[in-house]
Amino acid sequence: MTDEVKRLTTPLSEEEARDLRIGDLVSFTGVVYTLRDQGHLRAMEQEVPVDLKGALVFHCGPLVKETSDGWEVLAAGPTTSIRMEGLEREFIERFRPGALMGKGGMGQRTSEALQEFGAVYLAWTGGAAVLAAEAIRSAEVYWLDLGTPEALWVFHVEDLGPVVVAMDSHGGNLYKEVRDKVERDMPAIRAGLGI
Amino acid sequence: MDEETIRSTVAGMLDRAVKALPPDVRSALAECETDGDGIDAVQVRTIMENIRMGEEKGIPMCEDTGVPVFWLRYGKVPISLQDVVSAIKEGLVEAADRAPLRPNSVHPLTRLNHGDNFGHGLPLIHITPIESEQIEIWTLTKGHGSENMSALGMLAPAAGVKGIKEFVLETVVNAGGNPCPPLVLGVGIGGTADTAMALAKKALLRPIDTFNQDPSMAQLEADLRAGLRDIGVGPMGLGGSPTVIGVNVEHANCHPASLPVGVNVQCWADRWAKATFRMDGTVEVLGGDI
Repeated sequence: MTDEVKRLTTPLSEEEARDLRIGDLVSFTGVVYTLRDQGHLRAMEQEVPVDLKGALVFHCGPLVKETSDGWEVLAAGPTTSIRMEGLEREFIERFRPGALMGKGGMGQRTSEALQEFGAVYLAWTGGAAVLAAEAIRSAEVYWLDLGTPEALWVFHVEDLGPVVVAMDSHGGNLYKEVRDKVERDMPAIRAGLGI
Repeated sequence: MDEETIRSTVAGMLDRAVKALPPDVRSALAECETDGDGIDAVQVRTIMENIRMGEEKGIPMCEDTGVPVFWLRYGKVPISLQDVVSAIKEGLVEAADRAPLRPNSVHPLTRLNHGDNFGHGLPLIHITPIESEQIEIWTLTKGHGSENMSALGMLAPAAGVKGIKEFVLETVVNAGGNPCPPLVLGVGIGGTADTAMALAKKALLRPIDTFNQDPSMAQLEADLRAGLRDIGVGPMGLGGSPTVIGVNVEHANCHPASLPVGVNVQCWADRWAKATFRMDGTVEVLGGDI
């Protein structure tokens, strides 16, 4: 892990995505699209009104307020990404995003798709929603009929980050490393609990 | 003690709950803050920075303002139960606009969102009669990334304390980074399947630096707190420490054939608030302060 933050602009090229390794810190300027459960379902069924090639797709249902000047995004932290696992591989194959961002990590099928199509998974600190919103300059919305948490939001961001690369296109997976270590430590953990 | 006071107090409690953590949770997190350069230290610093910025700007700390759950402890008072319930609902309407709260109510099958926090079965209000001449209203604005990781175990009585510990450990490990650790765990032991889960959630409203009054339960709390803190899942499941910053146990007696164990998993944003309304018109509110 290097402390230096790589400053990237969206969309990402496949080369830029493949250049990233787990533990890298990155920040983004450009456009972020939010999609979660209902957004993923709809994207697989209907025409998507934005171009997701190389895009940064954020698993997020923001807290927003409608004002006379448009939408104000107050808080925009990540939602739990594993809920999207069932659709993510097909989603990546069809839309070819450059990066997914969320919390908690994703499963084996997504990891394989990241490797096959050249993309990364980024871990935004769960609940750090005010910090994320700080980087958002303006926002537009599609699919508002899904409700504000599930709609497709378009955030124009400046220097969003730093955020950690937690799964890369080379099979690297920070969450898996952590899980494996906890598994190895289990005898000591159980002893500590008096089990 | 009147409807208007209850309405405005509930609105204020919810508004405060989503913007400032109760002192016990806030200081437990602050104690973990270091200037280290490990990924765990970075995660905790980011959480604290986010908390401070939310407080400063008066913005909810997390975009998931949760499902507001209420406990109404209703004593011998001259205001009707129906009027108190309606004042709670009106307070929620006001808070949704003021805080604001994210509209977090959808139909479970159609997923239709009407843009508020009401709907069939919502808001959830647990009502308990109490003896004293007062009303207590508690609320928890429960995020569902963590709620989704909660679990019920209907253990064999012979599994005993070890079985309970094993089940809680398994729940935390399986949850990984999904529920946004550092976690607070509410553990409900005994009763029936439904009461174990209800007790588990209620446990999240007791300050994490206090103990269950039953010595055997207090011992279990101490063991779980010490044994789960540093299991290595770490903040956000990215490794390191801490994984768990609080464990509270609530219990009820149960059937001889049964040992229900409910675990309600709570992210670091354990956002509770409690108000006591007394006959002399005074109101005391506990929780986060901004």
